[in-house]
Order: sequence, then structure tokens, then C-alpha cells
Amino acid sequence: MRIIPKKVERIKFGLLSPEQIRKLAEVKIVTADTYDEDGYPIEGGLMDPRLGVVDPGLRCKTCGSRVGDCPGHFGRIELARPVIHVGYAKLINKILKSTCRECGRILLPEEKIEEFRQELKRAKRIGKNEEPIVEELFKLARASKSCPHCGAEQMEIKFEKPTTFIEVVEGRQHRLSPIEVRERLERVTDGDAEVMGFDVSVARPEWMVLTVLLVPPVTVRPSITLESGERSEDDLTHKLVDIIRINQRLEENMEAGAPQLIIEDLWELLQYHVTTYFNNEVAGVPPARHRSGRPLKTLAQRLKGKEGRFRSNLSGKRVNYSARTVISPDPNLSINEVGVPEIIARELTIPEIVTPMNIDRLKELVRNGPHRYPGANYVERPDGARLSLARVRDIDELLEKIEPGWKVHRHLIDGDIVLFNRQPSLHRMSIMAHEVKVLPYKTFRLNLCVCPPYNADFDGDEMNLHAIQSQEARAEARVLMRVQEQILSPRFGGPIIGGIHDHISGAYLLTQPEVKFTKEEAFHLLYASGIRKPLPEPAVEENGRAYYTGKQIFSMLLPEDLTLRYRAKVCRKCEKCKREECEYDAYVVIENGKLRCGVMDEKSFGAFAGELLDRIVKDYGTDAAREFLDRVTKLVINFITWRGFSTGIDDEDLPEEAKERIAEILDEAERSVFELIRAYNDKILDQLPGRSLEETLEMRIMEVLSEARDKTGKIANEYLEREEKRRRHENSARIMAVSGARGSLLNLTQMAACVGQQSVRGERIKRGYSGRTLPHFKVGDISAKAKGFVRSSYKQGLSPLEFFFHNMGGREGLVDTAVRTSQSGYMQRRLINALQDLKVEYDNTVRDTRGVIVEFQHGEDGSDPSRTDWGKMVNVKNIVQKYARTEAE
Amino acid sequence: MHLSREEIDARLEELRDKLPQSILEELRQELHRAKLTKEALESIIEEVLKRYEYARVEPGEAVGVVAAQSMGEPSTQMTMRTFHYAGVAELNVTLGLPRIIEIVDARKKPSTPMMTIYLEEEYARDKEKAEQVAQEIETLYLEDLLEKSEIDIVHQRVNLYFDEYEMRRRKVEMEEVLKKLGSIKGVSTEVAGNVVSVIPEKTSSIKELRKLENRVKGIHLRGIKDIRRVVLRREGEEYVIYTEGSNLKDVLRIEGVDITRTKTNDITEIQRVLGIEAGRNAIINEIQDTLNEQGLTVDVRHLMLVADMMAVDGTIKAIGRHGVSGEKASVLARAAFEITVDHLLHAAVAGEYEELEGIVENVIVGRPVKLGTGMVELVMRRELEEAKEVKEAE
Repeated sequence: MRIIPKKVERIKFGLLSPEQIRKLAEVKIVTADTYDEDGYPIEGGLMDPRLGVVDPGLRCKTCGSRVGDCPGHFGRIELARPVIHVGYAKLINKILKSTCRECGRILLPEEKIEEFRQELKRAKRIGKNEEPIVEELFKLARASKSCPHCGAEQMEIKFEKPTTFIEVVEGRQHRLSPIEVRERLERVTDGDAEVMGFDVSVARPEWMVLTVLLVPPVTVRPSITLESGERSEDDLTHKLVDIIRINQRLEENMEAGAPQLIIEDLWELLQYHVTTYFNNEVAGVPPARHRSGRPLKTLAQRLKGKEGRFRSNLSGKRVNYSARTVISPDPNLSINEVGVPEIIARELTIPEIVTPMNIDRLKELVRNGPHRYPGANYVERPDGARLSLARVRDIDELLEKIEPGWKVHRHLIDGDIVLFNRQPSLHRMSIMAHEVKVLPYKTFRLNLCVCPPYNADFDGDEMNLHAIQSQEARAEARVLMRVQEQILSPRFGGPIIGGIHDHISGAYLLTQPEVKFTKEEAFHLLYASGIRKPLPEPAVEENGRAYYTGKQIFSMLLPEDLTLRYRAKVCRKCEKCKREECEYDAYVVIENGKLRCGVMDEKSFGAFAGELLDRIVKDYGTDAAREFLDRVTKLVINFITWRGFSTGIDDEDLPEEAKERIAEILDEAERSVFELIRAYNDKILDQLPGRSLEETLEMRIMEVLSEARDKTGKIANEYLEREEKRRRHENSARIMAVSGARGSLLNLTQMAACVGQQSVRGERIKRGYSGRTLPHFKVGDISAKAKGFVRSSYKQGLSPLEFFFHNMGGREGLVDTAVRTSQSGYMQRRLINALQDLKVEYDNTVRDTRGVIVEFQHGEDGSDPSRTDWGKMVNVKNIVQKYARTEAE
Repeated sequence: MHLSREEIDARLEELRDKLPQSILEELRQELHRAKLTKEALESIIEEVLKRYEYARVEPGEAVGVVAAQSMGEPSTQMTMRTFHYAGVAELNVTLGLPRIIEIVDARKKPSTPMMTIYLEEEYARDKEKAEQVAQEIETLYLEDLLEKSEIDIVHQRVNLYFDEYEMRRRKVEMEEVLKKLGSIKGVSTEVAGNVVSVIPEKTSSIKELRKLENRVKGIHLRGIKDIRRVVLRREGEEYVIYTEGSNLKDVLRIEGVDITRTKTNDITEIQRVLGIEAGRNAIINEIQDTLNEQGLTVDVRHLMLVADMMAVDGTIKAIGRHGVSGEKASVLARAAFEITVDHLLHAAVAGEYEELEGIVENVIVGRPVKLGTGMVELVMRRELEEAKEVKEAE
């Protein structure tokens, strides 16, 4: 039999009337004490056993259930005198001001009220916001001086935050007691209340003034027993104790006929306690504190904010079947896989229903138990009872009983689908489905190509893993969330998963024209990369030996009918492109799956940029793309390991001649800065339109200096390249920068030639002493070096002054990053919150939950950006080329 | 053997209601350049149709979340520096993350209002005419023409020292200034070269003279309010005016301004002057320009959705508690976002219903959200299917 789960149809909000509270409450709470000397809860106290159970083993006095099953029951406190509900003080104020003090009607003529009523009705019907209408009514009504219904003159009412109302009668201030306030609210008719935004079926205005206070069940405010055996009560209980205590005193005093003054003081105190019970952060009210001085966390504080109930327990929930550990790379895994340590695999389980087909296998797992891998941790009987295998004595007896219909919670095994996640989860590629591969040691292992979408590196990053528990979820994860399905980013319709770092340098080196392999070497490489295809004819023959080129080896990875042309990252954007004859081998031509010319670099299969990868995913599907990436990773990593690749400080070595030229350029730049300053002093500097003379000078200086740095960079690069060619000695740093593997030419410039101008807030450094940055300079010195120009290179090392300026610039960068993450995080939260309910309906319109159409066609053409080709729905050119030879490109 | 253009066109005509215009047009152009057999053409059409169908959004797709993520994720990589010199070195413009935040916040005034004013053909090509328009636009206060001003307490007057260079540059005649000065009541003027003395008729205290000085300096001579500075720049063939400060309504009235291309970065102003559709497009363009400037690629469709959401009800609403999120139908969704307690208290008084349709609401009550695979409501009744099978077997 299937149990049909109850479905919450909808939830109605409302206020509780005093009668409802009395009906709802099981217990009238009268004593402020909680437990007696023996540690038993006192009847009629805040821990009354009828309020529910919190201690395991006991039964609830009201419903008879045990811990877990008893939801808890409410109690009540009869307040000796009514008090105002803080949350509604503002609204009470508005009502008092806009209703008659005699008859309680809204201070507007009947027709006007009717007008508002109609407008409200309309707003409700079309789903418009009703608040501005009600506000308008309050504004109009409060302006009238006398009641249009009974003619009574109206007095001015002052509202003293948070809960005091004062009426000015003939110049005398009269404090309205909550009793009086309540009386006035009682006089408001149902019809008028409705126009003021009330739903009178669930909320009468006078219910905003409390006469009975609902006491939440103990399950809501459980007390904790400390190790010492001492009990520590919840903050809410503390607050309730205060309320009861004052309430009692107030009552006693009233009965004893104490003077009005004392009663009013106590009444005010009661108001204070009830106020802080609801909200302990009301402006103008000193927060109620714990004995230690910590402010109490009362009702509003429980709900509010990031750590409140809503954001931290309702919108985000804790889960079981999850694991977290440090990540590390493993190029031998497929991009679809994740390496899971055995210890974790033994802890995470997947429920499998016993069937005649799997009974033998599952029994074997059960026999292995929780400690031997692969085993199982629990078995579940058809009635839902769970047996822990760690506690089972006689395993054979249990195995006898297992039959189809039971469930076995078995260990994670190879091939299981799990979800893998790295925070911050900024986009959907932050949680992807992987196939499990159980491995030794204690870290999660992942293929390097999936680092970009997770934004992961291995400097100590940790990631989370979730074992999926239901068959439906598993199916969805496999079809929709698997890594290979996420290669194309929905952000721009291009690949976001792809080669990084050594993949790029490796491929770049492998596809250099001069690279060649003997048959043995070729076999070795291809075997290690998992490529089992017949080798083509060797392309080169030297000294009677046949050689395979690197390009031939790389071509083994390509789909056989792939034809593609593009310019590589190394392309220098020459004025006249020589195409196939490119001297830098930057023009890539792939014909029928053969790499004819051009080198492989970032533009080929790098994340965010790979054109080749892009074509493979879009034309050959995600399976082909996954296979391509897996093989590329292995091939290229094996190659670069075999060949050797490393960078060191000698990659930035420059010949003396280069150093001299760089120094010359920097001297020249410093001279022109002096000239600019002189021109400024002589007032012959040409002013830029719309800029002051000082600004013009600064801008010109910055310009001169950044130009100089760029020039030194060019020289450095020129010499590095020349040296590389001359000595046939490769420069790894340059290779990485040029191929797009890591770093840029700017980084090289800074290491080899000149670090350049340091800036704070986009300007040259100007803070420090008055008129100068450091006491080492003269007041008013605005030369290059006095304002943070670093002419040394990182390799040379910075002078103390340069180092100081460099540190200033660096610190700004750090602060900037910290501020940016919090700002962009909040912006994203807001964006998501505003847009999350939008979805495409069956009629292709985009609507929110109310059914309001936001877009008739998503993105004006009804397309899904993740399925477009860089934003284009159909790549017509590509298709036409595939079937017909275009005359000319 | 190869198909003629006419044959291709005829075949494409049949696809008129199956493919959008833009794709058809591109296809036509590509096909005309190729030599085709009938079979090749059919294969191409088949594949184009297949691709087009594949690229369409599926019902249930959570386009909102994807759009929000696509905009939010790259924003972590944006710069924070508020000021940057864009295109025109002379003007400061807010860029990067602060600008994006400003846009989604739907601020009443951008922190650096700026206009790009294009000119009509005859003005755009002619430097002099363009300058004239620029001068007409730039606000000019009397103060801007002064070298200095002083109060002469002994002779009871305010002396204004005009800067001749500025006068010439701004093409202002002394008569024009005097005419304006003459419109102030209770004062007379005396001119001596480039010094103008403003003399009050009544004897005045120093305080009153100072007040007069400020009043005189603040005289608005010409130009459009709020436009503090203009920069004329040559862009290709034409001259374009960039301004600091924005006043779209008045600028569009100026003779020679190309009203079809002129724009401002003040989105609410565009909405006010040109309407909500223009406002919505302005949001898209502004976000896109900011992202492009930072070198980030985000599909326009995501930006469109953000803009559409901000503009659905006819005015531009902010993304956040005072706008879109604060006006949601669901109590729980609002409470879960910000200002939790107020929303709950209000919901109680108004007797609001929570229909549990949206995402957060369903997460809160612990059931599948109605998006994507969760949207499906059709469920197969297994017993029925099985009964059918049994029947068939019999």
C-alpha cells in the first residue's frame, strides 16, 4: 500500500484572538518557577509537562506521544492589564489618528470610504499592491479635525516610540493606556477595518492589544542540561519568567489596591517585558540582557537575518549522506569522474531495493558489513525499520531473513552518481554530477579540466560530495547534471570546461613543427593516453628512420571528419595574414581530422576560449567532447612529463645590451617627466579641455610612464625571444605566456624589465606626509620615483622605497578583493531572489508565480543561451560549409 | 546540376513560418555563395531546422536563475575602482561593479551622469556648427567667466574681474552679461574695461554685499541646466558631444541634435522622457556596455530578462527589497529575503494567503520546486497501465 502524503494546499496568516488563544492553550501558566527542588517540572509553571516532552523516554501528558512525535502544546498567560504588541504599534498609531475618538469610524465621509473600498477590491483582483491605497486613506483621514459621522471633535494624538500614545486634550497631555487604546480599536467597525487593510475574519484591530499571551511549547524552547548537571534555560523561557513575575506582582498590587502610580509603573514594566519578548532590538528600548550581559535572543531575533530561522533553517537545510574533504588533481580520471577515498565510500551509502536479480550481490555486501569494503551499513525492512549492521550479532540469521522488498544501504561503489560541489556556488556549474571512482588515501580527486567551472585549485581547497538517495534524482543527475553536459556555459554558449596550465603548454610543445617521435615513442604515448587506433604513415624520414610528428599524434584525438580553420592564441595579428605559411605556425588548419598546420594552444581547447573544443561539443556531442578532453589530458600530460618542462629565474635573464636599452628608456621617461613638470611650472603646459592644469600634468605623467613600461616590456620580450632562438634554449615562462597557459606578457615585463607605476585609487601614490610621500623626498617633489614609480624589475629586486610603494599598491588590491566579494555576493543574492521564480511555461512565455508575463519569448527569440553557438541560435555558415564547398571565404 | 538562386529562394520561401527572418536571411546569403545540389540543399535545410528546434528553450527551464547567475558570477571578477577613463579621457565615469549595482538598484540619479549627444548630418560634419551646438548646451554661469571677484565695502560695490580669454573662448559678449545683470532689481552697473562693478542702490552691510556677490555669480547665462561640462570629440567622420551631467529632455529640444541616437546613462530619465520600452533597452545597453568594458561575455538574453523583470509593471523597479523582491506575491518568499518580521506581521493583519507556488516557499515546506523536472504534473497511473498490459496479453 502506498501512503499518499498530505499536501499543504496553502497557508493563511492571521492574528490570534484572545478566545482563540484560550482555546489553543492547554495550560494556564501562573508560576514563574520552572522546576522544583527535585528537578521535576512544576504544574502551572513554564515547564509544565502538559506543554510537551523534551526529555527522551517520557510521554507527553497531553497527547501521550513520545519525544519526536509530540509536537508540543501551547500554554497561556492571562495578563493582568493589556499591553500593546510592539510590532503593531505603528499601525495602531495610524488607526488611532484616522478614526473617531468617539464613534470609532474612519474620519472620512461615507462616499470617500466606499471609493477606497472599490479601489482596494480592484487592486486585489488585478494583483496590485494594496499598501499605497491604504496609506493614502490614512493620510487623508488623519487630516480631518472632526468626525463626519458623529461630529465629534478630534484631538491630536502623539505617538511616542515604541509603545506610548498621548492625546492632547485642550493643551493637556493625556497618556492613553492600552485599555483605552483597546477600547477605541474595538469601536472600529468591520467594514472600516477592511478598508484599512484588515481581513476581519482573521484579524480584528483590537487583537493588536494583548490581553492573553500565548506561551510556546517547551519543544520550541528546550532547556539544555550542562555536563555539571546544571540546567540552562532557553532565552525565551527567561523572558517568559520575567513576564510572569511582573504580571503576578501587578495583579497582587491591583488586588491590594496599591496606589495608581505603582500600578502604572508595574504596567509599564510588563509592557517592557512583553515588548522585548517579541523583539529585543526595538529602537529606543534597552535590550533585555542575560545575566552575563549578552542580549537575549527573543522571537524576532530567532527569525531574522542570515542566522535566523528563515535563511538558515528553512531556505537552507542540513543534509545527510554528504562528505567533505580536501581536493587534489588526478589527470588519469575522466572529467566525469571523481576520486572518492575509501573511508568516505564506507561511510556514504546508497539504498538499493532487494530484487531476485541482485539479492546475491546485496547479501554479499551485507555479509561484508560496515567495516569491510565494499559492504553495507544498514538494512531496511519493508516496514521501514532500520537495522544497523554494526550492531547485528548473528549476520547469518539476518541474511536468512533478507528477501526481495528489503532495502540495503550499501557503500558507495565505482560508477555511482554523486553530486560534487565547491563553494561559493555562484552558478549552476558549481554543483555537477560525477561518477564515483573509489581510490586510496584521503582526498577527493578530480580531473584538471573541471577546475574552471568550480573555480578550484589545490592550495587546500575543500569540496563537498552528496550521495544521491533516490532513483529519480539519480536519473536526473545523470542526464542533466553530469560534467560532460555542462561543458557549454549558459552564460555565453561557449565551453567553460577545458584545458588549463600544463595542458596548454603541453599541447603547444607537442604540436611544434620540429617535434618528432619514433614508432616506439609514439606507441608509448598513445597507449598511455588510452588511444587505440591504427597509426597513420609516418610523416618524416630522417637518416633512414621513420618519424611521426607531434601534429600527427595530436590528430589521433580528432574526430575523423572534422574540418576547421582558426587563428591560434600565438597569432600576432600581422597586417597581412600569410595563413598556412604563417612563420609562427599560428594559423590552424584541420582537414578531415588531420592537423595540417598550426599549433595547439589556449584557443584550441582552453576553458572559456577553446575553438576546437567548441566545435567538437557542438557538432559531435558531449560524449565525443568528454572523450576528447580525457584523452587530451592524458596525452599532453604524459608528453610534457616525458619531455620535461620547468621554469626558473633564468627564464628572465636578459643580456647586458637589453638591460642598457631598458635603462635608457627609463631614463628617457624620467627626463620627460621632469620636462613636463618644468612646462607645468613655467605654465606652458597645454591644458586638456575640461581638466585643470594639475590633472593634465598627472595624466600626462602617467601616460609617459606607462608607455615607458610597455616599451621596456617589448624590449625584454624581443631579447628573450632572440635568445631563445639563438641558443636553441626554450624559455618556459615565455612559452606559458604566449600559449595562454599561465601568465601574460605583462607579468614577464614586470619580472624581467620594469615593474612600473604603483597606484592607489587609480592615481600615482600621493598619501603620506604633507607635500611628499616619504621623508626621503623634498616637499613638492612630484618626479616619477617620488610618487611610486618602480623602475626595478622583480628579478633585480626593489629598493626599500620602491618596495614600500609596491606594498601600498598591493594592499589596495587586497582590500579591493575583500570588498568586491561581499558586494557582488549581495548583488547576486538580490538578483537570484528577484528572478528565481521565473520559468518558461508550456506556451513559451516567461512568467512569474502570479502568472504575470515577463517575456513573450525568452530573449526575444525563444532560445536557450546554453544551446546557442556563442549567442547564435543556428550557425548557418558552419552547416552550409559542411554540405557544400563555399566558393570563397 | 547546381541549383540556381531562384530555385534556392523558392525552397527557402517554404520555410517562412518555420524559421525566424534573421536565420532565413543569413541562410539565403550563405546558400547564394555556395554551389549546391538538390540533395545538399535538403540536408542543409534539415540540419538548420534540427538545430533551430534544439536551440529553443524547453518549458520549465529556470531562465530566471540562469540569468541571475550569468550576471552575478562574472561580477566577482569585475574591478571596484569607481573612476575610470572611458573613451573620452576628459570625463570620469563610474564603471565596473559599482556601475552594475547602480543599474540594478534603479537609482534615481547615477553617481556620474553623462550624455552622449549625436548631431544631425550637417552639424556633425562641420566643426564650427558642432561647437556652436556644444556651446548652446553647456551651462554657463557668470562665475565661469570671472578671473576673480571682490567686495569693495568702502565704495559699496561688488567688483567683477572678467577673464577675457574665457569670454573669447566661450564666445560671450559683454552686452549679454550686462543685460543679465540689468535684470537684477535695485542695482546699477559700471563698466571699466573688463571690470564690472555692481552697485546696490541702498547702503548695504558686508553681509548683504556678500549675498549680492553670490547672487551675481550664480547668474545663469546660457546652456542647459545640469550640464556642467561638454567635450567635443571627433569620432570617425562626425563630431560627437559628450557631457558631464544629464538633461535629456532639454537637450533633445536643441536644434541640430540627432534625437534618434542621443543618449544618457541616466536610466530613470530615459524612462521618464522616452517611455518604459526605451528604459528597458537602456538597462540592457548600459549593463552590456559595462560588462564589455570589463571584457566579460554574457549573453544578451540574460540581461534582457533582468531588464524585463525590472520594467514589467511600467516603471523601473529596483532588484531588491524596495522593488521586485518586496512586491512578490508570496509572504514566505518576502520574509525569507529581507525584513522578515515586518512582512509576517503585515501578512497576519491582512490575512494573506501563501499559495506555495514559488521556489523558496516550496523549499521551506520541503517539497519539490515547480521548476524544470518539478513542473511536470502528469503522472502515469501504474495500475491502469498494468491492467492494459494484462488485457493485451489475454
